[in-house]
Order: sequence, then structure tokens, then C-alpha cells
Amino acid sequence: MNANLNTLGRGSLYAGLMAGALAMPAGAQTITAVMHSGLRVLDPVITTAHITRDNASMIFDTLVSLNSDFEVVPQMAEYEVSEDGLTYTFTLRDGLTWHDGGEVTPADCIASMKRWMERDGGGQMIADKMESLEATGDNSFELVLTEPFPYTLTAMAKVSGLALFMMPERIASTPSDQAIEELIGSGPFKFVQEEFQPGVRVVFEKFEDYVVTPEPADWFSGAKEVLVDRVEWVTMPDAQTAINALVNGEIDYMESVPVDLLPLLETVEGVETQVLNDLGSVTIGRMNFLHPPFDDPQIRRAAMMALNQEDVLTALIGNPEYYQVCGAIFGCGTPYEFTDGSETLTTGDGVEQATQLLEESDYDGTPIVLMQPTDVVTLTAQPIVAAQALRNVGFNVDMQPMDWQTLVTRRASQAAPSDGGWNIFFTNWVVPEVSNPLANVMLNGRGDEAWFGWPTDEEMNQMLADFGAAEDEETRKSLAEQMQAHVMENVNYVHLGQYFSPAAWRSDVLSGVETAPFPVFWGVSKDEG
Amino acid sequence: MPIFLVRRFLAAIPVLLTVAVFVFLLLRLTPGDPAAIIAGDMATPEQLERIRATLGLDQPIIVQFGTWIVDILRGDFGTSLISRQPVLNLVTDRMWPTIWIGLITIALSVIIAVPMGVLAAWKQGSWIDHLVMTFSVLGFSVPVFVTGYLLITLFALDLQLFPVQGYTPPSQDFGSFAARVVLPSFTLASIYIALIARMTRASLLNVLGEDYVRTARAKGLTERRVLFRHALRNAAVPVMTVIGTGFALLISGVVVTESVFNIPGLGRLTVDSIFARDYPVIQALILLTAGIYVLVNLLIDISYSFLDPRIRY
Repeated sequence: MNANLNTLGRGSLYAGLMAGALAMPAGAQTITAVMHSGLRVLDPVITTAHITRDNASMIFDTLVSLNSDFEVVPQMAEYEVSEDGLTYTFTLRDGLTWHDGGEVTPADCIASMKRWMERDGGGQMIADKMESLEATGDNSFELVLTEPFPYTLTAMAKVSGLALFMMPERIASTPSDQAIEELIGSGPFKFVQEEFQPGVRVVFEKFEDYVVTPEPADWFSGAKEVLVDRVEWVTMPDAQTAINALVNGEIDYMESVPVDLLPLLETVEGVETQVLNDLGSVTIGRMNFLHPPFDDPQIRRAAMMALNQEDVLTALIGNPEYYQVCGAIFGCGTPYEFTDGSETLTTGDGVEQATQLLEESDYDGTPIVLMQPTDVVTLTAQPIVAAQALRNVGFNVDMQPMDWQTLVTRRASQAAPSDGGWNIFFTNWVVPEVSNPLANVMLNGRGDEAWFGWPTDEEMNQMLADFGAAEDEETRKSLAEQMQAHVMENVNYVHLGQYFSPAAWRSDVLSGVETAPFPVFWGVSKDEG
Repeated sequence: MPIFLVRRFLAAIPVLLTVAVFVFLLLRLTPGDPAAIIAGDMATPEQLERIRATLGLDQPIIVQFGTWIVDILRGDFGTSLISRQPVLNLVTDRMWPTIWIGLITIALSVIIAVPMGVLAAWKQGSWIDHLVMTFSVLGFSVPVFVTGYLLITLFALDLQLFPVQGYTPPSQDFGSFAARVVLPSFTLASIYIALIARMTRASLLNVLGEDYVRTARAKGLTERRVLFRHALRNAAVPVMTVIGTGFALLISGVVVTESVFNIPGLGRLTVDSIFARDYPVIQALILLTAGIYVLVNLLIDISYSFLDPRIRY
């Protein structure tokens, strides 16, 4: 009897559910994905929010792109660099069109580059050295520099921070401090404006006229071949709900599964879990260089030696399969993986040295204001562990709980810690955001113009300038190694280890899910059997 | 009655104005900077300043408040600082799931809780009474999210009778709409049922001790007639009061329920907007909530005169 009722219930309710829940053409293949957060800001040039970048990578394409070997390769355009390193010539591939049917022209690309240069750190470096940026034909344009800047193509291809996406000229002409209101790109997916609900749902449709490159897909480069009709991103604020929905087959893909909830999925048939972003993220601590006690490098070193990665990562992630003790400030698994000077962080045996350093310093016991965000799961553990570790070596710690947005506002204050300022806070970056010295904002040592904490560090600035000007990879590696040692000595920031977020998907219907530092939906097919 | 209605509507104006001033000041005094949220981690102070200027956040607070009030009087609730969508569109888009869940919850609660309360009062001291009171204590004590997860586990994952999450508008597909609102509505109703059942029981027990009930029984009326014609109608006034004041409970419950069942309603919009310091959206939502609260209580006051002929406005 019960079985009959169940059958009846399932039949009647799901028949109704499936008939109308998806208002789309019959037979349309749709991937339903739960992303790490809701999309609210659409303009990829105005914000560094990852979800905005992820959304933009579906809609827009890039002139050049980065592959999994961190090499710059042509994407929308072939390029040539003159022997003197001053002239970059870009030739657009044939047949590129925007989603509204217009042809992609050099004028569109020039406008996109100029808008990006006003906002992005790498773009600003290029702009500082730019003599001209002009069209040279119907499908080509030229960037001419006043002095060689070998980092140019890497900055243009980077996918972290603000990536350089191509937009039609009329959209790219929007002032860089105003958000664009139209998402028309030339990328593999079209943005469906009428179905967009900020913070709730984003819908993409396959762009039938997308010109697929002949090279195979590799990270963000190569053939971005779309194998489904639609992709829908739905926001689920509750991870447990998303997991239940995945188990029930209501969604196909979950970008980030909290490690403590993974056991709920590991035994479910037809669901696969795997770390897709195998570079992962790093967690760091940043001190305020403007105010005592952390204006003193000896005290900063004492604080760094008090901390150890294993304790922080155990509290943050728990499962050692999903974290890595890693002393390299540019991240383990990257071309600039050097670990000089990180021994106390990775072994945890710096407590005695830290206590001694602090005793010998001028530290007078003034409480250290340590800001603790309470509403971001990936940032709640670090302050608690660090506060205890700092107390253990003799620091007087005033841990102040607050929500993340309060922290974001307060960290911009240069006031004294006792007057609404701060001494230390913690944050996370995905590895591509720190793996290149010129993209890593925490290395900037330009005082008031530097990232929060405002270090003045001429030695680091010189190394960064040399890195940008270096013409061969050996020189760059040597400089990166020197920067690693310098950061450990000067404590520009405290590198607290690397961790990885597993994704989960219905392997019984999806195939072609690949690893990349952010989720890609090209090359993924869906078979509902 | 018309004079009463006009008076009540006029009285709502200072209430809403006070709420407007209070919310506006509270938000501006709360730490947080929408420009920093928009710009992200790598923005320079100059870039932040330019974004603040674009959003009008560099204006003095009094100027911002004046602009906001004047715009509202013209029917313009502004634009979301974060998504750049008109606030009115955002709110109306997200309003219907909440309204539907709220209405179904209230209907379910009244349909289930009033008979439960009546039964408990009628059979005072019996196992039925104990059962109803136990349910009331449980309904009140178990957090909404726990009830939600239990219902999902049982009815969605184990029995597969309903979907786990989501919302479909009834105009798009009524079957899907019905399947998706059942669990959230029952989850939210669990507190409301407990509250109303308890109040119905207490109120009815009072009334059942009155002389006119004894007289009705002495006249030889059936127990059903005594209960429903004589006692319940007189016991309804406090029950209606509880339904009105319990509306605040419903609003707070909606925030959690919408998260657990992934319903894109006003509760989630409110939480998201607060975390993002999206001032115009929060202000509009609080004003809307205050307005609805005032309206619901006005309707409850009006209902008194229908339930108790002695009450006249």
C-alpha cells in the first residue's frame, strides 16, 4: 500500500514538476550548477570578485590566454613581438562576432584594453610604458611601448584579479568607475538578461556562432567547445541544501563542497567528488606596518615565528587530504615555488625563538587588535588559532569579532588601532592571484599606495621592477627566490598554507568535467540517458 | 468604521516615517562600505573614492536622506548599489515566493491549529489534550531549520515525494509550484500551529467556563453547537490577536526557511542586502515589512468587529 502511494506520489508530483519547471525547448540539455556565491556585480573590470570573473569567462573571450603550463598562447588574436620588445602586433582571427551579431573589430579591442588599463595593476604598468595603441588594419592593431616590458603578454593573459576581456566598443567606452549594463561578448556562452536574477540565478545559452580555435582546450585557452544548450547557475546559500539537491538529482554540479560535509556525498552512487582547482588557495595574515608594534620588523618576525601552518590548516580544513603545508609564498605547484626562510612556519618549531625575539624587542604589551570575521566560513578559524599562538609567545591580543564587510571597511583605515584602526587580519587568495610577483598585491611596497597594511619597502619595489623588466625566465626565477627570502625576513605577510576545495557533480549524467583554477563549462556534455 | 480606517491610515504615516529615519541612520552608522564590496580586494583608495562618488555615497547624510525620501514619494525606490537593478523590480521579483509561502503557512496553521486547540480544550486533561500540548511545546522549541531538514530527509530524500529545494511560480506550472511549497510551508507553520493551537485552547477554556455556555448546554444544545456557535466565536478575538502579532515570527522564520529550501524570496534578499550593505534595497525592504505589519494589524483590528458585535469603531 505504502509502495503504491509512494509510486503515485512520485509519479504525480514529479510529472508536474518536470513538465514546467524548465521552460525551455524540448530536448534542450541544461547543466544546473551551484556556484560558490551569487552573482550580483556583472562588470568584470570594476570588481575582482571571483564569481564576476567566472561569469565573464563564460560570456567574454580574451585576446591571449594562459594554459596549464602557465604559458601565454593566442586566443582571439595571433600576436607578434618586435625584436626590440617595443611593438606588439595583434591580428584577430577570422569570423569573430559579438553575441548581438556585430563583427569584432580592432576598435573594440583597443577600447577594452584602455578601460582595463585604468583599473588593473598590470594594465596600469603597461599604460605607464605605452606610447600608442592603434588599429593598423581591418583586423589588426598595435601596442607600442616606450621601453621593453616583457610582462605585457602575461598581464594581458592573466585570469586572476581583473582579467582582460574583450567587449564591443560601445560597452567598453563606459567610464571604468561605472559598471557596464550590457553583457555582450564574443565568448562561448550568451548571457540571458531576461532570466537573470541577481544573487539567485544566472542563465547562459550556447553561442552558436562562436569560433572554436583549432587547439585543444587547456585551462582558459584553446577550443571552448560548448556541448550543451544551456547552463544555469543557481545560488544556494545553504551547502546542506545544495548537497541534498545533488543527491536527489535536482542539480548537476556543485563548485565547492565544504570538506566537513564531503562524507555525505562519498557513498552516493552517481556522484563524483574531486578537487578541480588543483592549485588551490592560500591563506595569509597581514600586519599593519604603520603602527606599533608591527612597524618593527623584529616584532613582525616574532609574530610570524609564533604561527605555524599545520595548526591553522587543521582548524580551517581539518582533513589533511585537502590542505598542504607549503612554505612558498608564490604557492606550491607554481613556477616560482621557493621555500627559503619558511622553516618555522612549516615545522612549527619557532615558538622559543619568537618568545626570545619578543622579549628582546621594544614591545610594551600594548594590545594587538586582531580582526576576526565571523560570517565567512573560510576565515573564521585563522584568527582564533593565531590569537592563541601570539599569546603563547607573549603578545597581548585583543581579538575583535565582526562581519566581513565591517572588516573590509575597517582594514582601509590608517588610524591607530586604539582609534578604530587595526594591527592584523587574515584573508585568502586563489593561487593564481599570488603566484606571479607582479600580480601579488601584498608585495607592493609603495607605502600609502600599497595594499592594506601599507608597507614601505624600496628593496621589494626594485625587485618587482627588475622582475617586470627581466627578459628571461632564469632571471625571473632568481628574483622570485630573492623575494621569497625577503618576505620571510621582512614579513610583508605571513603565508599560512595552501588548501583545496573539492567540487562534486553527477558523474552519471555529466562528462568532460576538467581541472582548472576556475570552473569551466565548455567541453562538458550532459547525457540524461 | 470609515473614520476609524482613515485615522488608522493617517497614524501609519508617522510610524513609517519613524521607521524610515531609524533604518536610514542605523545603516549609515553601521560599519561597512558598499564601494569596497563592489571594488574587491585589489582596489586602490582613489578607485574606491571614485566608486563612492558614482554611487552618491560621498554626499552628506542629510542630502542622501532627503534625496531618498523625495524619490520614494515619487515612487522611485532607487537602484541597488551592488547589482545596479531598480530596487522596485528586485523587491517585486522576490516578493511573490514569500507572499505565497506566507499565505499558505497562515492558511495551514489556522486550518490545523484551531481544531487542535478546540479538541484540546474540549477534551481537557485527556490524552488528546496532552498530545496537542506536547506538539505545541515541540513546535515552539525545535528551530525552524531543524524541522526543515527533518522534513527534507523524510519526504524528499527518503520517500521522494517532494523536491528538496527551489521555487516555480504558479503561473508557470501549478503542479511544480504546489510540490515545492509544501515542505517550506509546513516547516514554517510548525511554530505558528504551536502558537495558535495553544492560544485557541487557553482562550476556549476561559470561554467554556462562562455562564452563557452553561446556559447553552442547559438548553439542550449539542456539544458541537455549543463549541462552534457559542464558545469558539467568542474565543476567536485573542486568537486573531496572536495571528497578527505572530506575523513578526513568520517574517523571521521566512529568512531561515528560504535559505533551507532555496526559495528566492524577500527573506534571502534581506540577508544578502544586509551583508552587502546595499542600502537602498535594505531601506525599501524594511519599509515594506513595516508597512505590511501595520496593514496586517489593521486587518486584525477590523476582524474584531466581525467576530465580536460589541466591538465598534
